[in-house]
Amino acid sequence: MNVRFMKRTMAAMMAVGALAAGAGAAQAEDAKVGFIYVGPIGDHGWSYRHDIGRLAIEEALGDKATTTYVESVPEGADAERVIRQLAQTGHNLIFTTSFGFMNPTLKVAEQFPDVKFEHATGFKRTDNVSTYAARFYEGRYIAGVIAGKMTKSNIIGYVGSFPIPEVVRGINSFMLGAWSVNPDVQVKIVWANTWYDPGKEGDAAKALIDQGADIMVQHTDSPAPLQVAENRGILGFGQASDMIKFAPKAQMSAIVDNWDKYYVARAQAIVDGTWESIDTWGGINTGMVEMAPYTNIPDDVKAMAEEIEAKIASGELHPFTGPIYDQAGELRIAEGAVADDGMLLGMDWYVKGIDAELPK
Amino acid sequence: MEWFVPIILTVITASTPLLLAATGELVAEKSGVLNLGVEGMMLVGAIAGFAATASSGSAILGILAAVVAGVLMSLIFAFLTLTLMANQVATGLALTIFGVGFSALIGSGFVGFPIQPLPGLSIPFVSGIPVIGPIVFGQDFLVYLSIAGVIGVSWFLTRTRAGLILKAVGDSHSSAHAIGYSVIRIRYMATLFGGAMAGLGGAYLSLAYTPMWAENMTAGRGWIALALVVFATWRPGRLLLGAYMFGCISVLQLHAQSAGVHIPSQFMSMLPYLATVIVLVIISSDRAKIRLNAPACIGQAFRPAQ
Amino acid sequence: MLIRLEPRRQHSQAMVYLSPVLAIILTLMAGMVIFSIMGKDPLRALHTFFILPVNNIYGITELFVKATPLVIIAIGLAMGFRANVWNIGAEGQLTMGAIFGGGLALLFHDSTSVFLLPAMLVMGALGGAFWAAIPAWLRTRFNANEILTSLMLTYVGVLVLSYLVHGPWRSPDGFNFPESRPFPAAALLPVIYDGTRVHLGSLIALLAVVGGWILLSKSVIGFQLRVVGKAPQAARHVGFRQKRMVWFTLLLSGGLAGLAGLFEVAGPIGQLQPQISPGYGFTAIIVAFLGRLHPVGILFGGLIMALTYLGGELAQIMMGLPNAVTGLFQGILLFFLLACDVLTKYRVRFGSAAPKGRAA
Repeated sequence: MNVRFMKRTMAAMMAVGALAAGAGAAQAEDAKVGFIYVGPIGDHGWSYRHDIGRLAIEEALGDKATTTYVESVPEGADAERVIRQLAQTGHNLIFTTSFGFMNPTLKVAEQFPDVKFEHATGFKRTDNVSTYAARFYEGRYIAGVIAGKMTKSNIIGYVGSFPIPEVVRGINSFMLGAWSVNPDVQVKIVWANTWYDPGKEGDAAKALIDQGADIMVQHTDSPAPLQVAENRGILGFGQASDMIKFAPKAQMSAIVDNWDKYYVARAQAIVDGTWESIDTWGGINTGMVEMAPYTNIPDDVKAMAEEIEAKIASGELHPFTGPIYDQAGELRIAEGAVADDGMLLGMDWYVKGIDAELPK
Repeated sequence: MEWFVPIILTVITASTPLLLAATGELVAEKSGVLNLGVEGMMLVGAIAGFAATASSGSAILGILAAVVAGVLMSLIFAFLTLTLMANQVATGLALTIFGVGFSALIGSGFVGFPIQPLPGLSIPFVSGIPVIGPIVFGQDFLVYLSIAGVIGVSWFLTRTRAGLILKAVGDSHSSAHAIGYSVIRIRYMATLFGGAMAGLGGAYLSLAYTPMWAENMTAGRGWIALALVVFATWRPGRLLLGAYMFGCISVLQLHAQSAGVHIPSQFMSMLPYLATVIVLVIISSDRAKIRLNAPACIGQAFRPAQ
Repeated sequence: MLIRLEPRRQHSQAMVYLSPVLAIILTLMAGMVIFSIMGKDPLRALHTFFILPVNNIYGITELFVKATPLVIIAIGLAMGFRANVWNIGAEGQLTMGAIFGGGLALLFHDSTSVFLLPAMLVMGALGGAFWAAIPAWLRTRFNANEILTSLMLTYVGVLVLSYLVHGPWRSPDGFNFPESRPFPAAALLPVIYDGTRVHLGSLIALLAVVGGWILLSKSVIGFQLRVVGKAPQAARHVGFRQKRMVWFTLLLSGGLAGLAGLFEVAGPIGQLQPQISPGYGFTAIIVAFLGRLHPVGILFGGLIMALTYLGGELAQIMMGLPNAVTGLFQGILLFFLLACDVLTKYRVRFGSAAPKGRAA
C-alpha cells in the first residue's frame, strides 16, 4: 500500500470536509509555506530536523501545499530581509526556526498582517505570530533515569553548547531523573561554546570520559560525542536525531526532535482557514519529543523507561515536581507543586546537588 | 602514571589536522605563495575522502581522493594567482567561499552516513606496552604521516638543493629567476603540495577525528592552520610545537571545565588563542631571527621579464 | 604554456572598466553551465541572482544595508594592505565596536538624549580601534606578526560578546535568553528612506569612500601609503616611519570596522546578541581587493558582493537552489573578477610563442 498516496487522500478528504464545514467562514487557500533555518540542512542536527518537518508537509498535504526553505541564515541583519522576502513572495505561512529570529519575525509580521508566522523557541506572540517549542526536558528526565540505572562510576559526562535556559533546564531535568533512581550520581559539565563543531564536541566528550564519566549526554548538534562514547566503549544518548547508526553499541536512546505533526497541522490549518495564533510547548504527549528505541540496556531498565515515558505523556509525572531547591538552598518549587512554564522558560539556576556554576 | 595517556591521545587527534594543513601551507608560503584558501581546501578534502571511503569501503582510496581533491582545489588557486597573476589574498578567500559551497553540494547525499573510523596501528606486543605503546605505536596512519611530513619538510628545506631553491624563490623571485630557476613552476609545485596536505587535513577530520560528513565540519581549523604557520615563523619544527600547543590547550581547557573550574566557559575557550598570541610575542622579540625566516616575497606576483 | 601574458607599457584605462564587464560575462556563461547541470532554467536563475534583488526600491535599499559594513570595513583594510599591514581581524574589531558602542546604549537604556547616538558612534570607533591597537602594539613593540595576532583576537572578541550576552548583559525581560535589552530609540540610527531599513550608516559609508579617496590622493600620509606599497625599499630610504604607518593603518581600519559593527547593532539589529556579523570582517578583505584597494572601486566591489548574497537568498526562495550553489557561484564570480584584473596590466597572447633561447 502506498503510504504517501493514502496520506494524500486523507489530507484531501480532510480538506474537503473542512471546506464543506467552514464554507464562507474563513478564506481557505493552498498553503505556501516558507522556512528559514539558522544552519545548513546538512548539519544533521537542529536545521536538518526542521527540514524533515518541512518535507512532511509536502508529503501529507500533497498539492495543497508547496514549501520553500532558506538555509544558513545568520541571526543578524539578514534574517529580517529573508523573512520579508518570503512574505513578499506569496508565502502565507512562515516558520522561523531559531530563537535569534524572534525580533525580525515580529517586525516583518507587523508589516504583513495577512501572513501567518510561526517562531520556534521564542516568547513573543502577536495575532499573526505563533510560538512553538518542544519540552525536550521530558526526554532528558527519562534519559536521566536510564543513566542513573546504568552508570557504574556514578559520573555523567554532559557536553553543553551554551548556558541558556533550554540547556540548563535539560541538565536539571536529567539530574532529577537520575537522582530519582540513584542519589549518588554526579554530573560533570563541559561547555563547548558552539552548537556545532564535531571535533570540539568530540574532544569535550573525551575529556569527560577521561575524568571518569561512563555515560555521555550532549546538548550540541553533531553525533561526535556519541561516536566517542562508542569508541571508548561507554554508553550515551543521541541528540535531535536517532543516532543509532553512529553508535550501534553505545546509544541507549535519543531525544528526537519531531516537528512533523505540528508542521503538518499548522499547514493544514492554513488550508482549512482555521489558523490562529497559539503558543505550543509540545512534549512526549504530542509526539514533538520522541524517544528513539531503547537499546543496549537490560529489559528491566527498558521497562522502567517506558513506564516513565508513559507517565510523563499522560501527565501523571512532571519532571519538575517539588520540593526542588536550587544550589543556594532556596526552595524554588514547593512540595507537591510543579514548575510553571514561565519558570521553566527562563530557568537560570541549577538544582541543588549539581556541582557547577552558571555565569551570572 | 597512565592517567595522562588518554589526554595525550586526545591532544594528538586534535592537533593532527592542524599540523597536516599547516605543513602544506608552510611549504607554499616558503616559496612565496600565500594561500588563504586552506579552509576551503580542507573541506573539499574532507568530503572527497569521506565520499570515496563511504562508496568504496576503502580508507586508502578515501585518503587518495582527499589528496587529489586538495590538489585540484589548489590548482585553481595556482592557475589564477601564478599564471594569471590574480591577487593571492583575495583569491585564497574566494577559494574558501567556493570550497564551502562545493563541499556542501557534493556532501548533501552523505549527511548522516556512518563509516568505520580509520584503524589505529596495532603491532603485537609493542602496541601493548603501557604508556608508550598506545601513544607511540597505536596511532592511525595519518598521524604518523603528519609527523613524517614535518620531518620531511624540515629536511627538504634545509638539506636538499630543491629546498634551497624553493626558499630562494620565496626570498627573491627576481634573483632566483636571474640565476635561471623557473619561479612559476616551483611555486606551482609548492602550492599543489599545500593543497594535498590541506586535503589530508580535511580527510583526517572526516575519516579519523570524527568519522562523518557534515557541512562546514572544519569549523575554522583552516584559519588556525594558517595562523600556526605565522606562529612557527616558517620553521617546520616550531609548527609541530605550535600545533601541539594549540591542541593541548584546547583539550586541557575542556578538562579544566570538566574538573569543575569555576570560570565562565567563554574565557576558558579563549585560552588557546591567547596562548598562541603570547608565545608568538615571546618568539618574535628576537627580530633578526624572524627576518631570516619570513619569505620576503610572500604574496607577491611574479612575472618573468622577457 | 598556452596562455602568455605580455606587459602593457602603462595600465590600460579601457581595461580598468572593461575587465569587470568581461568577468561578469564570463560568470554569466559559467552560471549558464552550472544551472543547466543543476537542472534549472539558467536564464531564470541568472535573472534571479542579479536582477530580481534590485528590481524595486526596497531591494535597492537592502543592497545598501548589506553593502554598508562591507564598504566601510574594506576602505580601512585597503589602506593597510597598501602599506603591507595585514589586518585580517576586522571581524573581531567589528565585534568590539558593537560591544563598546552598544554597551553605552545599554548603560543609558532609558536615555532620550540626542547625544547618545553620537557618543555611541565615537565609542564604536574607539572599541574597534582599541582591538586593533593590540596587534599594532605587539607588532611595533615586539615584532609580532599582525596576521596571527589580529586573527586570534577575533576569536577572543567574539567570545567576549558571547560572555556578555549570555551573562551580565542579558535582557532583564528576556527570560534569560542570550540577548541584551532592545536599544532605546535615542540609540538607534535614523532611517534615511521611510519604510525601508537603509540607515545613516549607509551615508557614512559614502562619506568614508570620499574621505578615503581624499586621504589617498591628496594627503601626505596617503602619498606615503602609496609609496610604501609600491616601493618599500624606497620608502625606507626616504625615511618614512614604518611604525607610524602600522599604527595609523591599524587604528584606522580597526576604527572603521568598529563603526561598522556599531551600525549593525544600532541599525538593523537594534540590540546586542551572540551573532552580529555573518563574517563581514573577512568578506571585506575580498571587497578591498575587488576594488583594487581604491575607495571608489571598493564601493562597487561591496555592492557586487552584497548583490550575490541577496541573489543567493532569492535563488533559494524562488528556485529552490541550495545555499551551497550560492557559495559555488560566488566563488566563481570572484575567480573571474580577480583573474580579469590581469588585463589592466597585461595583454593576453594565446599560443606557445614563448621566447625561445631561455632554458626553463
